[in-house]
Amino acid sequence: MASVTYDHVVKRYTADLTVVKDFNVEIKDKEFMVLVGPSGCGKSTALRMLAGLEAITEGQIRIGDRVVNNVAAKDRDIAMVFQSYALYPHMSVYDNMAFPLQMAHMPKTEIDKRVKNASRILGLDNFLKRKPRALSGGQRQRVALGRAIVRSPKVFLLDEPLSNLDAKLRGQTRIELQKLHRDLETTFIYVTHDQVEAMTMGDRIAIMNAGILQQVGTPGDIYDHPANLFVAGFIGSPTMNFVPVTTSDSTAKASGFEVKLPKSVPAGKATLGFRPETLTDRTSDQLASIDMSVDVVERLGSDQFLYGQVGSDSVTARVDPKMKVEPGDKVKLGLDTRSLHLFDAETELAQF
Amino acid sequence: MSVATAGRLESTAAAWSLPWLAQRLQRSLLHIAVIGLTLVWIIPTLGLLASSFRPAAQIITTGWWTALSPPLQFTIQNYQDMLNQSNMGTAIFNSFMVSIPSTVIPVTIAAFAAFAFAWMKFPFRDWIFLAFVGLLAVPLQLTFVPVLTFFVAHGIVPDNLTSIGLPPWVGLWLAHAGYGLPFSTYLLANFFRQLPSDLFESAEIDGAGTLTVFFRIVLPLSVPALASLIIFQFLWVWNDLLVALIYVGGSADVAPLTVNLANLTNSLGQGYELLTAAAFFSMVVPLAVFLSLQRYFVRGILAGSVKG
Repeated sequence: MASVTYDHVVKRYTADLTVVKDFNVEIKDKEFMVLVGPSGCGKSTALRMLAGLEAITEGQIRIGDRVVNNVAAKDRDIAMVFQSYALYPHMSVYDNMAFPLQMAHMPKTEIDKRVKNASRILGLDNFLKRKPRALSGGQRQRVALGRAIVRSPKVFLLDEPLSNLDAKLRGQTRIELQKLHRDLETTFIYVTHDQVEAMTMGDRIAIMNAGILQQVGTPGDIYDHPANLFVAGFIGSPTMNFVPVTTSDSTAKASGFEVKLPKSVPAGKATLGFRPETLTDRTSDQLASIDMSVDVVERLGSDQFLYGQVGSDSVTARVDPKMKVEPGDKVKLGLDTRSLHLFDAETELAQF
Repeated sequence: MSVATAGRLESTAAAWSLPWLAQRLQRSLLHIAVIGLTLVWIIPTLGLLASSFRPAAQIITTGWWTALSPPLQFTIQNYQDMLNQSNMGTAIFNSFMVSIPSTVIPVTIAAFAAFAFAWMKFPFRDWIFLAFVGLLAVPLQLTFVPVLTFFVAHGIVPDNLTSIGLPPWVGLWLAHAGYGLPFSTYLLANFFRQLPSDLFESAEIDGAGTLTVFFRIVLPLSVPALASLIIFQFLWVWNDLLVALIYVGGSADVAPLTVNLANLTNSLGQGYELLTAAAFFSMVVPLAVFLSLQRYFVRGILAGSVKG
């Protein structure tokens, strides 16, 4: 059990190829931290530097108070679960889980105790003698977790562990992982490109793009107060609506509507952001009203998504499933102005 | 991996339709070719086998196929004579003494070298590998004079080796090891490279050192490659005449089966029955090696390890 600190960490392969730029984040003891971002954003590299699989070009990584830059992977007291599981195919499930303990020259009885304990937690008791090839994807995934658990490491590293599972199993495993985190009371660092996994599992989320850390915060915090345009667009599904506007004092004028902003801003160009669920089929005095011509309607039972045009801008709305709309209709929607976001046209930083 | 179904064209077309006929024809041609090739190989072998069990008097008077119809007259006399005469027993022993070390030495060295070439980082690795594999292009015959000169200068010749208490074949072992290494290393390095890197990284985090990774992960996963390599190298050394003749010479106490057989053909124009027995014996050993190792050609040995 330990905290993990990235202190001005840089990973540079060649002079013009820097994949992680000045990365600073502190992961608290027993925290479930999710590193999320599109593929190639440097999140896996950041994790692999912590694991000891990649050298750190600049800066420091600390586990607890210990600087681990020059500590071998095996001595960092971490365990890692790979996306591909990386099970040893010629060894039984039992031997796969016992392998790291054998490497640590642990007595046989202790190894047996730990492997049995892990297999009980993960429900692998009936599979201990099987080879990985005789297991399903979900079972293999649990063996990979088991191999990490037996070592009782200070920090668990998980590199997209769910991306090879089918959708249903992924949902289940997500819940199991959260339970596991609670039971083990250990620091988890979880890398994923899936914002749903990040939102549902993380105590806190760190969002990366192009090697740069964009924002760190709780899922709710990031959803409600994205720091910039990238974060706002990356988190949430369907994505936030972005509409170019011209601001003057506290009004923003788009191609198809005009809204009153919660506070005054300098005049000029900006991007207005609002989530699909801030649009409703009701109109009232508190809500700005906008006219939308609907192109596509998606009914999901619990939700109804409308895709259409407001003025010359594309907008998505998430409305009550009972609302009667057909493609081609023109509808009047209410926009809750309390949950508007405004992004600077140049820097893309959120003004609110 | 669907090895079981590979190469089997299940006919989906309706019976007697044109595609069905085309598919049938294609398959029949394939079968005819395979059966034909098999026969071309098997018939002379069968002839050799039958002849080796026939009494000497019959071998010179009638064809071997007459032995297959009654009255059946087979004898193991030829094998007994073969082992007793012409130093055949010694030659067989020599062949094993040459072939086993000449297989074990290069395969062992190649496995270590290939692992280093495939997964360890050191300066000029790829250039060294290229130079190493480039040696494949050097004709064997070109090396005889310089290597033999070197061996003679340093006393690596049978007489001298026995006088200092070493087996007389040490020079031959070294030569075969040298000739076998480039190909062996190349084959194994290519195989090792295809092992998923996640396995090595996982093992590294699990605390396995380089040697542990090599012995506990790489070698067990490379059994198919090692088995085929052992078969190749063993067959090549067992059947080799030229290299053995050059480095140990033709004297009966050190010469392997191939050299002795060649001598027999020259000296025993009349001893046809002994030749057939000896020749068949020299074929049986590689066949046994092949059959006993071929079950290790397990495809899909990596199944279940990594996904995606």
